[in-house]
Amino acid sequence: MASVPAVLRSEWTKIRTVSSTVWTLTSALVVTVALGAALSALVRATFEDMPPIEQATFDPTVVSFSGMLLGQLAMVVFGVLVVGTEYSTGMIRTSLAAVPRRGTFLFSKIFVAGVLALVVGLATSFLSFFLGQALLGEHRTSIGEDNVLRAVIGGGLYMGLMAVFSMGVAAMLRSTVLSLGILVPFFFLISQILSAVPKAKEVAEFFPDQAGSTIMQVVPGAMGSDPPPYGPWGGMGIMLLWVTAALLGGYTVLKKRDA
Amino acid sequence: MIELEGLTKRFGTKTAVDHLSFQVRPGQVTGFLGPNGAGKSTTMRMVLGLDHPTSGTARIDGKHYGELDEPLTYIGALLEAGGLHGGRSAYNNLLCLAQSNRIPERRVAEVLDLVGLSAVARKKPKGFSMGMGQRLGIAAALLGDPQILMFDEPVNGLDPEGIHWIRNLMKALAAEGRTIFVSSHLMSEMALTADHLIVIGRGKLLADTSMADFIHQNSRSYVRVRSPQPEQLRDALHSSGMTVAEEGNGTLEIDGATTEEVGELAGRHGIVLHELSAQRASLEEAFMRMTAAAVEYHAHDANAPQWAPKGV
Amino acid sequence: MVIAPGPDANDLSMGLERMIEAVGLTKRYGAKTAVYNLSFQVRPGTVTGFLGPNGSGKSTTMRMILGLDRPTSGHVTIGGHPFRRLPNAPRQVGALLDAKAVHGGRSARNHLLSLAQLAGIPARRVDEVLGVVGLQDVARKRSSGFSLGMGQRLGIAAALLGDPQVLLFDEPVNGLDPEGILWVRNLMKALAAEGRTVFVSSHLMSEMALTAEHLIVIGRGQLLADMSVKDFISANSADFARVRAPQTEPQQREKLMVALAEAGGQVMSEPDGALRVTGLPLPRISDLAHDAGVRLWELSPHQASLEEAYMRLTQGAVDYRSTDDQRAGLMQQPPMGYAPPPVVIPEVPQQGWYAPPPPGHNPYAAGPGTQPAGPPAAPAPAPAPADLSKSEDAR
Repeated sequence: MASVPAVLRSEWTKIRTVSSTVWTLTSALVVTVALGAALSALVRATFEDMPPIEQATFDPTVVSFSGMLLGQLAMVVFGVLVVGTEYSTGMIRTSLAAVPRRGTFLFSKIFVAGVLALVVGLATSFLSFFLGQALLGEHRTSIGEDNVLRAVIGGGLYMGLMAVFSMGVAAMLRSTVLSLGILVPFFFLISQILSAVPKAKEVAEFFPDQAGSTIMQVVPGAMGSDPPPYGPWGGMGIMLLWVTAALLGGYTVLKKRDA
Repeated sequence: MIELEGLTKRFGTKTAVDHLSFQVRPGQVTGFLGPNGAGKSTTMRMVLGLDHPTSGTARIDGKHYGELDEPLTYIGALLEAGGLHGGRSAYNNLLCLAQSNRIPERRVAEVLDLVGLSAVARKKPKGFSMGMGQRLGIAAALLGDPQILMFDEPVNGLDPEGIHWIRNLMKALAAEGRTIFVSSHLMSEMALTADHLIVIGRGKLLADTSMADFIHQNSRSYVRVRSPQPEQLRDALHSSGMTVAEEGNGTLEIDGATTEEVGELAGRHGIVLHELSAQRASLEEAFMRMTAAAVEYHAHDANAPQWAPKGV
Repeated sequence: MVIAPGPDANDLSMGLERMIEAVGLTKRYGAKTAVYNLSFQVRPGTVTGFLGPNGSGKSTTMRMILGLDRPTSGHVTIGGHPFRRLPNAPRQVGALLDAKAVHGGRSARNHLLSLAQLAGIPARRVDEVLGVVGLQDVARKRSSGFSLGMGQRLGIAAALLGDPQVLLFDEPVNGLDPEGILWVRNLMKALAAEGRTVFVSSHLMSEMALTAEHLIVIGRGQLLADMSVKDFISANSADFARVRAPQTEPQQREKLMVALAEAGGQVMSEPDGALRVTGLPLPRISDLAHDAGVRLWELSPHQASLEEAYMRLTQGAVDYRSTDDQRAGLMQQPPMGYAPPPVVIPEVPQQGWYAPPPPGHNPYAAGPGTQPAGPPAAPAPAPAPADLSKSEDAR
């Protein structure tokens, strides 16, 4: 059996030697931080114009993470490309010929890419938080407040898990284009729209992004949203279930199908 | 050694590979021939554990591909469609592969040098010509210095110099005692490269034989003689019971004889020969006959009869 | 053949309106000169092969012929007109350049139909050419699912669409299976026999040797040769004879070798024990053997292959060359002949093509592990002459 450390090393080389890694992860960080900062500054300037309900449930941590809605898409692209390029380039055959244990191959790849995404995700959430709070002025919170550290670390975890979920989906679909064509509209449009529709909302609450992002709320029902029927860690648990399902699905497909 | 036993692959109702059993032995170049869609690529993918056989097994030195420790050090393969990342430099593409099988990094530079790509090692393969891509794929196959090498259409896109190089490379590797298994559509190229042939058609084994036997069995071969004393020669041949055809200019063609026999005969009769050569049909011709037979007899009878020699 | 025969070649004085003519054709990309001062003519009625190493400017030349690239200087015409000013070009010139230049989403038939409509060719011609290339069964399938060989057939169908008198093919047999290769070869010969101009580039020398009658060879963008295949081979290589004495009597082989060497032949040993003789005609070898009392088991003429001739000509003009010494560090030298020759004579280089010695030179003088075989210098081992005299005495 091919040794796991050797495969991990090889997968790390794969990730660091393509330019798409740099640009997807950089844009995840830059977009999230910049957008979060801009919205934080905007909220500070227009705080008095906000509806009273939003003022009452005002959550400065959530506000500083506003950029994640867009930034997470870069994470999705990163995750999809890590797995999808194996198929789009035909490299999968070379890779599996080198590492015939398909589980070792897939999970080494996802482990390496997942850890990298997590590290970048954490950097993104801490940067977003501190820059956002600095711009929120008198409405700011601090990392020492109750549950704030949990929310900030949770933000990084969320970003990392979005990437891992995408890797699982790409492994199931075996195609970069198809995976992006499903995941990007889903997270950017469908999930967002459904969460605003009264009946559909009850379903949308259990989508991986909706459930996972509750961990970033310090104030329950932050910014006038309805509190979901689970707590922050409950939501993270739901997201983890999704991620596990995607990974198992991806593994099953890789194991069963011909390369 | 590569060993196939009853290897079968079905895609839905279509049987791509049908109970294929053969061995590819070390020390020689074994050509793998068959018309398009005969199942060559599927077979090669099953050997590499990429496609799962419906039934039967393919073994490398007695083991399933998946049981090999660091498989690249046992068997290197060049599959038809690239298989490398266009956006990662040639060097790094090979480095990933080397690392996964604990092959020392200096071997990467070595194989790049071997295939003549050192100058473009840091360039991305997406800018490579088809021939350069092929050389990179060959470098990847050689990375683990394996005892078994499998090449699917290796000369695709190579220029004459490259074709000449890969041919000699394969022969040299076989001469070192390695197992070389190579598929190609270029019969004239195969005729120059392979010692042994495995021919399949519609997923079934049609022939597993040496090159010489294959050509001999599937085409007419004869001896051509030219002599300044054609009458004497013809009489001598006739009297020893050989079938002679006259081709003008004192040239005779003798079916079913060896040059040795004719030479000895001429020597005994003191006849001067200006040519004494064995003529045989090309591999292409032999292949066409054999595969035509496979197609023709597929519907009627699985046991195609031996082909009677026809005109060349 | 479905293709309607073109106007008889004899009707048109020299077939001038079907001739491709390049005059001083030059193409520079920045500082790099891809094609330099190339002048040649491609005549109707024969298949003309276009050879050259990778990067020698073949594709650029083809693109200039088709008006896709503009020459930096010089010009190339078809029937006297530059391609872009050719009246009704699609009906006069057909080309297969890149098999992948097809919209993958379209069906094979629709792809051809759109080309036909652009050129004012009736739709039934589309079905005709689909039949010619054997794609009628997949005519309505999307070409994205096509194999390389099927794509190649579709490209050939497109080239034949306008029933043109001038045809250009760039690597036409790429991806085709043996049957397809045979078909393309016969197709090209048939098109030429109908009086058309067929200009085809290929890297497969053995294939070219079977297909082309005339060759244009370029290297580094310049003309290296413009002659018939036959002349090309004899100009760039030497023929040799393969001679075999009875294997059962090794002294016969030695006797023969000495006799041939003394008569000025160059003798090398082949792996199976046969002798490769250059510099002596077959009847002379026969006489020498006869005089020496050696019976022959084989005496066959060998014409050098087109590949050998080509390699010899283009030696200086190859861009990516994998040299022997690159390999030397990694691999052991392959073992030489299976039966060690009884007398020290040079082995035919097993791994290499045989390049004949340039006049006054012995290429094997520097060869590894071999020794010069020139008759005066032949270092025959001491026992050989003794054996020879003995066997001569015995006669």
